[in-house]
Amino acid sequence: MARRREAMERLASRAVQIGFLLALLALWYAATNFWGVNHLLLPNPVAVFHQLVDVLKTGQFLPDLRVTATEFVAAFLLAMTSGMLVGFFVSRSRYWSRVFEPLFAGLYSIPIILLLPLYVLFFGLGPASKIALGTTISFFPVVLATIAGFGNVDRSLITAARSMGASDYQLFRYVLVPAALPVILTGLRIGFTVALLAILGSETIASLAGLGHHIVQLAESMEMARMFAYIAFVVAITVLLNGLVSHLEARGRRRE
Amino acid sequence: MSTGEVAIRIRSVGHQFGEVGEARHIRALADTSLDIVRGELLCLIGPSGCGKSTLLNVIGGLLAPTSGTVEVAGKPVHGPMPHDIAYIFQENALFPWNTVDENVRLGMLFQGVPKAEHAARAQQSLQAVGLAEFADHYPAQLSGGMRQRASLARALSLQTGILLMDEPFGALDEQTRMILGEDLSVLLARTEKTIVFVTHSLGEAVFLADRVAVFSARPGTVKKIIRIDEPHPRNPAFVTSEKFTALRNELYALLHDEIRKAVGSDAPRGRRGANGGAP
Ligand SMILES: Nc1ncnc2c1ncn2[C@@H]1O[C@H](COP(=O)(O)OP(=O)(O)O)[C@@H](O)[C@H]1O
Ligand SMILES: [Mg+2]
Repeated sequence: MARRREAMERLASRAVQIGFLLALLALWYAATNFWGVNHLLLPNPVAVFHQLVDVLKTGQFLPDLRVTATEFVAAFLLAMTSGMLVGFFVSRSRYWSRVFEPLFAGLYSIPIILLLPLYVLFFGLGPASKIALGTTISFFPVVLATIAGFGNVDRSLITAARSMGASDYQLFRYVLVPAALPVILTGLRIGFTVALLAILGSETIASLAGLGHHIVQLAESMEMARMFAYIAFVVAITVLLNGLVSHLEARGRRRE
Repeated sequence: MSTGEVAIRIRSVGHQFGEVGEARHIRALADTSLDIVRGELLCLIGPSGCGKSTLLNVIGGLLAPTSGTVEVAGKPVHGPMPHDIAYIFQENALFPWNTVDENVRLGMLFQGVPKAEHAARAQQSLQAVGLAEFADHYPAQLSGGMRQRASLARALSLQTGILLMDEPFGALDEQTRMILGEDLSVLLARTEKTIVFVTHSLGEAVFLADRVAVFSARPGTVKKIIRIDEPHPRNPAFVTSEKFTALRNELYALLHDEIRKAVGSDAPRGRRGANGGAP
């Protein structure tokens, strides 16, 4: 009974969310078709749709997508491995945790995007500077979550495992990892999102290729409908990826 | 039931946390000596904070005492002895991400039981505590009493000669503890285990124990040992007998003074601490 009502409520709020987006779309359509908003500022959604179909059909997006995807995968993998490794070793000592946790939290709170000009100087306008920025930004949520995850394992579970004769490896594999996993997964999801933001953002600021770069080029040549089509394309990809990651996170948590 | 052979030999064990002079310095346990006989159920009872858990942890090898020695089966204890000793904690210490069955198997994996035996032993011990139907449930899906049963099943599957239980029913309501106590008495009458059982319930101590060791206030030590001559498994009717009441009253009288001492020595010190801590 209660479960059914819950499902109904979830359905109702989904309907409101979709209705809201449709209303925005209708507003956009009305503004460009009837209220005379300048098409150079805001292109018509129908024109944008045609451009989007064209972009997808011609596969023109492929070279830029490849660049962005490569940068992103490299940055996230680097942040993930370094964040989890550093986090684990810091978490092994109460002293190191006390020293490094506030340090990392403090560094995470500064606008790391300001390092981009420096990274461009160091690594040039190519993918390397984007990878460096993406890695830096997404390292912090991963390392902080890893320290928290491994640092807050219920002591009584560790004692119980030891009392039953668990080896160091068994303790790690069967107690520490499952206890820390939900927290680490959340850190990875946040790291994933901010890495994507950092890569796309830095491409629009200083780059030679990539989806962000292409969007800026279209804006500069005033091809507004095509630019919007590219934005829609990128938004669709990120929504899809973030949905996928949230789903993976939920699946990883379910075994709690 | 007991053969008179000593299973756990405790000699002049004392323990203090922290160093003398440190703020957190506490003498938890004073010079305690005790022989626990094979096959008996010994209850430790005493004011809270008197060092019962500390003594249990020393016996279990989870804590190295600052003085004295403990021998289990003739061997000095220097660390956990998973083949001789199984533990049941107040907070049940089940792994929340594993099912009941997985929890039991994990214990055997840690202890080093051959994989081939896991299934049969897990089933057997879950049956013994009446949880066979709940093998695939997660701890969060069980009541507090059932979680403690699961914890007991895990300990039983390890087939150790000694069971250490630290207020295993402490977090449960009165009715549940009563039922669990009765079941435990039946269950343990069938095994030949040596059991050290910490409790703060007088009734539980009299109902379960062969002997009850009454602790003094902190720093705790065994003040007196009372023998409960009543065959296992104990009948629920035992609870309403005159013998039970007399023994319970005797325990109460012994404990009462110590609890007064513990409270009396704690309260003013706490107040002084609070004042001293204020800027
Ligand atoms: N790890 C610890 N560090 C410092 N003090 C402790 C620690 N464990 C217990 N104590 C203190 O030692 C005393 C005895 O504790 P414990 O053995 O747990 O008492 P009981 O189990 O009888 O209630 C208490 O005053 C407690 O605060
Ligand atoms: Mg205790």
